[in-house]
This record gives sequence, C-alpha cells and structure tokens, in this order.
Amino acid sequence: MNADFKQVGDTLVVRITGELDMLVTDQLRQAIDQRLDTAGIRTLVLNLEKVTFIDSSGLGVIIGRYKKVRAQQGRMYIVGASPSVEKILHFSGINKLVPLYRSEKDVVSN
Amino acid sequence: MWSATKGRWTSPGLELRMNVKNYVRFEFCSLPENVSFARSCVGAFASQMDCTLEDIEEIKLVVSEAVSNSIIHGYANDPGQKIEVEVTIYDNGNLEIIVKDYGKGIEDIDQALQPTYSSDSTRMGLGFTFMRSFMDEMEVISEPGKGTSVRLLRHFPSQGNQAMA
Repeated sequence: MNADFKQVGDTLVVRITGELDMLVTDQLRQAIDQRLDTAGIRTLVLNLEKVTFIDSSGLGVIIGRYKKVRAQQGRMYIVGASPSVEKILHFSGINKLVPLYRSEKDVVSN
Repeated sequence: MWSATKGRWTSPGLELRMNVKNYVRFEFCSLPENVSFARSCVGAFASQMDCTLEDIEEIKLVVSEAVSNSIIHGYANDPGQKIEVEVTIYDNGNLEIIVKDYGKGIEDIDQALQPTYSSDSTRMGLGFTFMRSFMDEMEVISEPGKGTSVRLLRHFPSQGNQAMA
C-alpha cells in the first residue's frame, strides 16, 4: 500500500495504491489523521482508483476518517473505486454516508 | 497419499474424504503480512474451479476476514501464534474453506455473528456478515480458551459430478 497526499486549500486528496487490509490500516489511519489534525482540512477526498482489494479492516479506516471529518464539520468523498471495491463499499453501506464519484474532477464539478 | 488414478486419497486415515477432488492445507504465523498470503493462496487454489473472477474476489475477501479475525480477536495481535487453513474441492462442486486458530475463542458466538458487532471499534464488525453473505454456508465452532474454527462452504453448480480427469 502506498498513499500520496495532495493539499489544495482546505481540501486533502489521498491517492491510495494497493490492497487495504489489516497490514496497512494503522499506517494509513495515522498518515491521514496527522494531516487532518494539523492542516485545517475541511474536505477529504479518498481516491481509490488504484486500490485492488479492500476488506472490513480497510472499511474501518474509511468510516473512522468519515467520523473524524464530520466531527470537524467537514465533508468527505470517495472517488474512482473499481467495481469490486465499489461492491464492498455498497455492501457495507458506506456509500450512504460518503458520496462516491468516478473521478476527482467530478467532485470538483459537483 | 493422493491417487491420481483413483481420484481420491488412499491413506486409510482419509477414507472418509473419498469424494474429494483436490485438497490443500497450510499453516502460518499470525502476522498481518500473512493475511494477503492466505487469501492469495486460497484464491489461486479456488481458481481451478469453473468460477468467475468475481467469485474469486469474494473468496479472497472471506478468507481475509476469517484470518484477520483469528489474528485480531483470537490472538489479540500476538504474531507468534499459529493459524491453519484447509481448502477442499469436492466432486459435487463444493468448495470448503476452514480457518482455524488456537486463540482465546469466542464467549458468545451469537453476539459475535450480529452485523456491525465488533469488539474492536476500528473495524466495522462486518467480517462475519461478509462471510455469511458471500458463502452458501458458514459454521463457527469456538471454545473459550481453546480457539475458533470457521468453516465456509460455497457451491459451484457447474462443477457437479465432474469426473476426475
């Protein structure tokens, strides 16, 4: 797993590559939270375009970041999930809390 | 001993498994690194069945959930413990996966099987829900202090009654 961070104004975009299971969840959680805690972020965008696998540990990181962003009166979006990842997001009900978009551009234009 | 000509195990101890078409068993340390190893192995083994990529993805997911449960709940993240995985393909098209640990076991299985129940707030409590939803059968056998065994079964109808080549 690898995560690239890009901040534009109060928006943090996290582009994640690889598999999201229990091996990487602590690392990803800490890396995102560190930025959420310090950078005055109001909008968090998780780009899952290059995520090839997600299980409930990975979903736990997403739902935890959602709670944190909401507690800071911010918003969160997921973009680019592959069909197999999107299926799991739907199954868990996360899509009812965090809107899913096809691309980062779609988030901006909406 | 596996007999390719008879298409079954010939060891006396395995006579009950006559309807077995193929079988694999492996064990590994309860390390997070091994979660992806386990699901990849089972996914690769299951791919010899007549199933779709989507089926394989679902099988990898349930293995990931079961092995993660053993590491996190069974062994409280102690990396020096043992997890066993057994996968069997039966002649009738059934794929059986057993994930077994010797950890602390589950006090209340009914409670653990509830959707969104989790004794660890950083996960979503969806592990058993995924296993039950993506497999045709799920059986959890657990004894506090002795460990937990999860048996998952998925039926692939097109495999039924195929003779061993």
